[in-house]
Amino acid sequence: MNVTCDFLVIGAGPAGMAAAATAARLGLSTVLVDEQATLGWQIYRQVEGRGDNPPGVSHLDWVRGAALAAEFRASGAAYQSGTQVWQLDKDRKVYVTDGTKAACIVARRVFIATGAMERPVPLPGWTLPGVMTVGAAQIRYKTSQWVPQDGAWLAGSGPLVWLYAAQVLEAGGRIAGILDTAPPANTARALRHTMGALRNWATVQRGRALQQRVRAAGVAVYKHVSALEAKGDGQLSSVRYCINGQWHEKPASLLLLHQGVVPHAHATLSLDAAHRWDERQRCFAPVVDAWGNLSVDGYAAAGDCAGIVGAEASALQGRLAALEGARALGVIDATQRDAQAAPVRAALLRHLPIRPFLDALFAPRASLFEPADDVLVCRCESVTARQIRDAVALGCVGPNQMKAYTRCGMGPCQGRMCGLAATEIIARTRNVSPSEIGLFHVRPPLKPLSLSEFAALAEG
Amino acid sequence: MAAERITVYVDGAAVTVSANDSAASAALQAGIGYTRLSPITGEKRAPYCMMGMCFECLMVIDGVPSRQACMVTVRPGMRIERQTGARVLS
Repeated sequence: MNVTCDFLVIGAGPAGMAAAATAARLGLSTVLVDEQATLGWQIYRQVEGRGDNPPGVSHLDWVRGAALAAEFRASGAAYQSGTQVWQLDKDRKVYVTDGTKAACIVARRVFIATGAMERPVPLPGWTLPGVMTVGAAQIRYKTSQWVPQDGAWLAGSGPLVWLYAAQVLEAGGRIAGILDTAPPANTARALRHTMGALRNWATVQRGRALQQRVRAAGVAVYKHVSALEAKGDGQLSSVRYCINGQWHEKPASLLLLHQGVVPHAHATLSLDAAHRWDERQRCFAPVVDAWGNLSVDGYAAAGDCAGIVGAEASALQGRLAALEGARALGVIDATQRDAQAAPVRAALLRHLPIRPFLDALFAPRASLFEPADDVLVCRCESVTARQIRDAVALGCVGPNQMKAYTRCGMGPCQGRMCGLAATEIIARTRNVSPSEIGLFHVRPPLKPLSLSEFAALAEG
Repeated sequence: MAAERITVYVDGAAVTVSANDSAASAALQAGIGYTRLSPITGEKRAPYCMMGMCFECLMVIDGVPSRQACMVTVRPGMRIERQTGARVLS
């Protein structure tokens, strides 16, 4: 069935919930679609179903998430959970499916808030059962409080490694050890951004407290890990890691990888909106103005999908995009918009100073972007780094040509897992910046749907 | 406030899980190791991202192939099965 609305929001994380609530309050007919069963996306997953915060999840964060969900519920905005967007047209027809029937939502403004995903970094054995991301394990924790009892290895770099480790310990689970891949030079680079860190000192203290808690619990932390391998025959059995040129091997039943988060930009890429390479965060992000407007008319994006800013800043950016949407649709004028935006912008300025410090401190090690020839880069189509390099040697200049040579990025995940890694490999092989290489061209359907779902469109 | 526990069937074996869990999480709790075989190489694969990005958790759920098991919330009596190779068109 086709739906018409003023303001369509894609994604029920902090940016999406805040934008939808703000838009509905201003009188816009607002629809929020989200592919999960519950509000909150990842950061506020299950925030509605529980009265209190799970062990190790900050009470303040929990209250903030619950307040956003409550504000959204009270706003009068429509909510379609379990709904997947599979095509966005430039004329703001957005095609969705609930898993049984496809439908079209015609919106006057569309706000994309698809959040972040963990940066996929291919390494030997990363496709073995028993290897997952830290975020994946944390989703199991947030969903049903599952924590590893046999001792999980955590490997990589990023605040989530420490947060998740502390949560596991607090919930009675066990961490076998942390393999920290952050290069030593990160500390000096981060110190250049001390001023920003000082302005968000509470966040720094929180991070330090997490690290101290994990160390105090006796978890072994191995620093300056320069390379990693997951080993096993059809199932993870050990992890190998290299420190100072020396390889070590430890038995492992669960290896959790993490190299920070990057924008989940599939929707904005599929629109052919302008994107930029962000050298500091080593990722592509859509080009947006101060209100989140994309280069495609009537479309906006904000929160982590437009550049990693964190949950609180995401919610604030969502509010700004909703105010701009209301102005564009003539509900408020620019003066009213600016007046309502002023306190939001002031709050936003308080949240952002720490970002350059965090980006530098947890920056991924450069050598991770040059996986050995035999490492699988494209998990779906089983394409190796060598195949990508061979394609470049044959004269392939970018990812879209390479895709045709190798099928890299043509499996069910449609390049979500290999896209950024493939671009990095091509860039290094050609010795140019990823900004010159770009990403795969993303085409609909953004996720596979069956012909019977698709056929429902014709029934109107 | 713990969610209620329900029973689902992973490759035929009964497993009790939280009603909040995804089918992928139920498969992991069942301890079946891998959840699909790569249709390209036959390698064993298992859920990797748990948030709908990687498509490694494609499984047969209540007879429907190629479902993203991490995006499907369990229901009492749900049948969750490994997917071996490419889906068969019905």
